[in-house]
Formats: sequence, structure tokens, C-alpha cells
Amino acid sequence: MITRLKEKLSALNPISITETDHAAKGYHLDVAASPAQVVAMAEILDQEGFAIEAVTGVDWLGEAAAVAKKPEVAEGEEPVVETPGEPPEEQMEVVYDFSHSGIRPLLRIVIRCRINRGTPELPTISGVYPGANWHERETHDFFGIIFTGHPDLSPLLLPEDADFHPLLKDFKA
Amino acid sequence: MSDLARSQNQETFVLNLGPQHPATHGVLRVKLTMDGEYILRAEPVLGYIHRMHEKMGENRTWAQFMPNTGRLDYLGALSYNHGYALVVERAMGITVPERAEYLRVITVELNRIASHLLWFGAFVLDLGGFTPLLYAFDDREKILDLLESVTGSRLTFCYFRFGGLYNDVDDDFITGSRAFIKRLRSRMPDYHNLVTNNIIMIKRLKDVGLISAEMCRKYGATGPVLRGSGVDFDIRKNEPYSVYSEFDFDIPVYHECDSMARYMVRMDEIEQSLRIIEQALDKLPEGPVMAEKVPKIIKAPKGDYYAAVEAARGTFGIRVVSDGTNTPYRLKLRSPTYSNLSLYEEASQGMLLADALALMGSLDLVIPEIDR
Repeated sequence: MITRLKEKLSALNPISITETDHAAKGYHLDVAASPAQVVAMAEILDQEGFAIEAVTGVDWLGEAAAVAKKPEVAEGEEPVVETPGEPPEEQMEVVYDFSHSGIRPLLRIVIRCRINRGTPELPTISGVYPGANWHERETHDFFGIIFTGHPDLSPLLLPEDADFHPLLKDFKA
Repeated sequence: MSDLARSQNQETFVLNLGPQHPATHGVLRVKLTMDGEYILRAEPVLGYIHRMHEKMGENRTWAQFMPNTGRLDYLGALSYNHGYALVVERAMGITVPERAEYLRVITVELNRIASHLLWFGAFVLDLGGFTPLLYAFDDREKILDLLESVTGSRLTFCYFRFGGLYNDVDDDFITGSRAFIKRLRSRMPDYHNLVTNNIIMIKRLKDVGLISAEMCRKYGATGPVLRGSGVDFDIRKNEPYSVYSEFDFDIPVYHECDSMARYMVRMDEIEQSLRIIEQALDKLPEGPVMAEKVPKIIKAPKGDYYAAVEAARGTFGIRVVSDGTNTPYRLKLRSPTYSNLSLYEEASQGMLLADALALMGSLDLVIPEIDR
């Protein structure tokens, strides 16, 4: 299963695709994708019978500046091509968790997608997985990430008039 | 049936259910667009007790977040303790002593039974039967007494530690647990005679509130909802953690996809949990309940880690991202009823309001866990 899936996902030419040690990390396959590939990947996983577990974000504020200072690259992260004089743009990450209930032991797949913090936009997968609707709405609540094509991004867990995104690292209450 | 109602071209109206309504079991609001007695659209409105646990996690040390995990699902708090302990132990590479693993299983399963018993009572209460609630609370009380004697709390447990447990059990707990197993086994036939075989119960639940396995997959529904749709899936078997692989127990699966199937799954799970506790008590090894050499200040190595456990309501997953400091960088709580409720809008379409409330009851919602 995992080999076939790797082949199928590799055909989309993702940024990276790594098999991970389940005992150490808690998942089997770690895929870094570009925003344009996310929907196609969700479609492949849907065909293979995967269930959506969660969608969430991570704010990497300050990381780009730190990487620019240090020559070595932190674990699990793409090397940033340095352009002299211009600081690299800060990033956010959207993390999708999928699992397959039909196989034992369970197969878990993580898809990560980096987006620029200044223009946090990527397409929605709620057309493929209706369950992503709430998860993406929640991610929009907490991070302000805009899922283009999403039917309704109004606050779900936050108050209906909320104009803040509490999980941003520069959020001050 | 709803087509019939719609074809008469009658006006629709909006009905507000909650946030303070006995059938929503907590502060959940559902905006219902109704065509007479039939539901055209049921839109859950969440967030009334949203506390932003995930942000709290970023502002306290790894160990300080443990009490928060007991306040997500207040009916099955120990599973959430377990999930968080697992993910941090995975990150830190801590091995838990055998005795602690067994005691974790025993207490978690007791907690699962307590949760199912409360659900059973509240669910039947939704359907108009008051008596079973009192029977269920009588039995649940025994579990809470047992857990109180060992954990120190009755509801919002904070019993697990990274690398083990806060406290060892005494002989009273062991004998009390054995007595409880005997007691509950003698009570289960009563429950089935009183409730399961009741004709009103059957008429309200059979072939009502259908949720297909495909719908569960698309929405990420897990736990008894998924198992009531004919899918043999349980994290304890599919992705074994702790010492669950050492016990002989079955995963109850029903293929009817209706509210009755979800009811039966939970009732059967009580017996399976009793079996696990019984075996764990028999095999309970001697030894310490806390691993040696667990650092006083936890600093998880850089990276991200995921762990999932089978809570009473489904898969509780927790993802932590660590930057190597003494606080989590990011902490994502994937709660089961959030996903289970998200299919409600689709599943309740065209249903009678009363049936939709039975369907909602059969999802076993705990709002603090949805809102987090």
C-alpha cells in the first residue's frame, strides 16, 4: 500500500516525500506539497480510501530570519535559497492528517504545505472531503489562513465578530 | 417523506435549538431550517465554551498542560491524559514500566465504562425514559469511587505522568474493581431487559438516523459511530498502543448503520472493557509505576510527533510540534466528536425533528471537547 501510494503521490512531483518511523513519529509517510498540489493529493487519498483526520496550521514566524542567520537547516524543513540583501519571507504551514481504517496496522499520512505568511492562501479540499469544511474553518479562525473556494469561512469556534487569529505567534490578547 | 412536504410548496421556518437545551447535552446550538416537522438543514453553531486549549498549551510547560487534557472530554478524561502522555513519551523516548501500563489500561477502561453508562442514561432520557438514568448513575458512582481512591479526582482526572502514573493502587482498588466487574455483569441483563428490548426504544432507533461507512470516512467519524456503520476499526486494535495487544477482547461491529447499531456497539463495548480489566487485574505485574530518569524539566527534541488513542467517543489524536524548549511550540488536539458532529448536517437532512434528536443523542456529544 505504502509503496503504491508513494508512487502515485510522487507522480505529482511533490517537494519531498519521506517514509518515517511510526514508533518515533506516529505516522508513516510525510509529504511536503506545494499549495497547487494539495487538492490533487486529497483526490488520490480519497480514491485509496483514506479518511480525513484533521487539518491544522503551524505558524513559523521568526523561523525564516533564524535560518537566514544560521547556515545549517533545521530538521524537517526545506532549505531556503538565500537572496542577498532581501530577507526571506516568513511562512506558515498547513498540516493535513489522513488515516486508513481498512488496513492493520493503521496507515497514517501527513501532508504539509508551506505558504507565505503575508499571503496565506491555498485551495480548499472540502470539495473532496466534506469533513475538511470544519477543520479548514477552524484553521481560518486560528491562523487567518484563507482556503480559496471554501463555502463558508465565517468563525466557527471563535465569536461571530472575531477579527483576530489567536494561534498566530504575534497575537497578543 | 421530506419530498412530499416540500412538494406542497409550504413555507419554511427557522427553529433555534439550544444553546441551552436538554437534548444538546451542553451548550451546543443547532440552527434548524424546518419544513413542518421535517428538517431541511441543520447547522450546528459551535464555540459557546471555546477556551483555546491549544493556545494555553503554547504558554505553559509540557507537564503543566496535563490538567488541560482532563478538561476536554470530562466524561472520559483519562483517555485524553493517555493520549498526551503517549505523544510526549514518544517525543522523549521514555519507556513506561509494565505495572504503570497495566494500571493505565485498567483505569482508562473503567473510565470508558463510566462514560458509556452516562451516555446510556442520558440517551434514554432523550428518548423519554427517565428511570435508566438513575440505574446507570448508580453503577457509574461505583467507578467514580474507585477512580477517586486512586487518582484523587472524580471527573477531571490528571492521573498520568510522563513515564508512568502519579500514584500506585492499593488492594482495596483491586478487590473493588473485581467486585465491580461482577456487579456490572449482573446488571447488564437488567439494562437489556429494561431498555434494549423495549418496543418504544426499538421503534425510535431501528432504521433511523442512517450513517453510511462512506459518510464516516469522508467526515473522519470514528469510534462507535464508525463501528455502528459496519467498519471494524478501533485504535486499540488497528494501531495498538500501551499493552492493549496483550489482551483478548473483541471490537463490537454492527452493520445496520442506524441509531440502534450505535447504541448496541456501546452496550457491547462495556462488556469488552470489563474483559480487558479482568485480564489486566489477573496479569497485573509488580514493580514501580514511574519510569526512572524522567527529566524534571521536559524539553522534547525538535520535530513534530503524533499519537492517537481510542477514547470513549472515537479517535483522539494529538500532534505536538516542539522547538526543543520547555514549552510546546504547537499543540493540536484532534477530538473525535468534532468530526462525528460535522456529519450531522448531511445525516439529518429530511429527518423528523424527533428522530434527528435521537440521532444526535446516538453521536454521544461532549461539547467541551468539540469546542476545546
